[in-house]
Amino acid sequence: MAMTRREFIKFTGLGLTASSLGLLGFGAAGVAQAAAVRPFKLTHATETRNTCTYCSVACGILIYSMGDRAKNAVSNIIHIEGDPDHPVNRGTLCPKGSALLDIVHAPTRLKAPRYREPGSAEFKEVSWDFALDRIARLIKDDRDKHFQTTNANGTTVNRWTSVGMLAASASSSETAFLTWKVARSLGMVVFDNQARV
Amino acid sequence: MSDLQSQDYVRRSATTMTPPMARSHEDQVAKLIDVSRCIGCKACQSACMEWNDLRPEIGHFEGSYENPMDLGPSVWTLMKFNEYENEQGNLEWLIRKDGCMHCEDPGCLKACPAPGAIVQYANGIVDFISDKCIGCGYCVKGCPFDIPRISKTDHKAYKCTLCSDRVTVGLEPACVKACPTGAIMFGSKTDMTHWAGERIEDLKSRGFENAGLYDPPEVQGTHVMYVLHHADRPSLYSGLPDEPRISPVVQAWKGILKPLAVIGIAAAALAGFFHWVTVGPNEVQDEDEAEADRAMREVEEEEKSP
Repeated sequence: MAMTRREFIKFTGLGLTASSLGLLGFGAAGVAQAAAVRPFKLTHATETRNTCTYCSVACGILIYSMGDRAKNAVSNIIHIEGDPDHPVNRGTLCPKGSALLDIVHAPTRLKAPRYREPGSAEFKEVSWDFALDRIARLIKDDRDKHFQTTNANGTTVNRWTSVGMLAASASSSETAFLTWKVARSLGMVVFDNQARV
Repeated sequence: MSDLQSQDYVRRSATTMTPPMARSHEDQVAKLIDVSRCIGCKACQSACMEWNDLRPEIGHFEGSYENPMDLGPSVWTLMKFNEYENEQGNLEWLIRKDGCMHCEDPGCLKACPAPGAIVQYANGIVDFISDKCIGCGYCVKGCPFDIPRISKTDHKAYKCTLCSDRVTVGLEPACVKACPTGAIMFGSKTDMTHWAGERIEDLKSRGFENAGLYDPPEVQGTHVMYVLHHADRPSLYSGLPDEPRISPVVQAWKGILKPLAVIGIAAAALAGFFHWVTVGPNEVQDEDEAEADRAMREVEEEEKSP
């Protein structure tokens, strides 16, 4: 298309005017806009019920992980919020509970038992088998040595006072029942739990 | 897919017309923040950052319970603490959750020059559409509550969305869900106003005779409302404006100057057009050409002579 200099300037001016008027608000406002809201991120996430890891209040939480647990999809936790059906918190959470996601993904999170040998200054990671065997061995040795069957009056007792135990706070009733049975059946009397607070 | 589309817009920035509303029966929503029940635990702040994937830089202790010290592009809600000694000489710790008020008449939207960068949905939520934002910062000036903040990373404005992505699918905002004391409630604006009425009655019976609802008529009401024990003096609560007004500069610029300027530009264009029709274009005459030739020759001779 052949265009003289004058025509070119005319067309440019026309375009400039049109676009200026558009910017000034004369444009077609009804032009369909793409949906603007951020897409809801939990639509197909897997929802898992659990108990908050922090304190003895033991709030119910819903853990959302990406993927539908298909064979080739590796789940990863993407969001955690309160469980509205849980009688303790009915969906609410404290600031720590609300920030649980960052605990899950924290690089400093403890994921395996760690062991500091007597005389050593450093912790090293050990297997669960090693840790449980070691704990069982020490418990057995100490209990064999210090278990009392009778008190000063000669009355029969089931008493082991030289070792104590601190149980986890965020326990379900079932976990608490089992923990109690294990500790008391050994004769352990020094036994506490933050859930008592 | 989202339910909020252009048909749900009731207002759109820098646009004289709004899209026609085919669906007109949506309930207005509201968040009610009962300051008298707030314990300042900041669960709302945590939940907001978690849901919206915001992680502001970790700062330093500044001698205040406020953490961080100000709202920011990645701090959309913030607990503000004020120690107030009342007439009886007792200390009152007034804690307020600060964030976007979702005004019925949003100053940010009025001030915004980018078409469609700020919209208001039929349910009352005022939302920033980031891909249309040009980062000019007019919304910061337009806001009567000093809420929007411009990101230094992508130079766009950010603020609370009232979790529009959650509300769209029928959930409450993240802060509302987390609040352990029930100080933050969410529902229809009617229900929230009713709920606030009961709370205010209760507060009055406990000796807070000035208790009341903060739903400022200056911005035609808000979709985030407060129950205040001292509703006669909102400024006690870390600078909550007593009478929130959209800046007169914004009002004048968008209300008067812009239409005037449009008329001015249109008049200039019209005058130009009529001048062209009546007088016609500026034709080059023979004597003009001769004059131009003479001038050219003079220049050429001057260049040759030295």
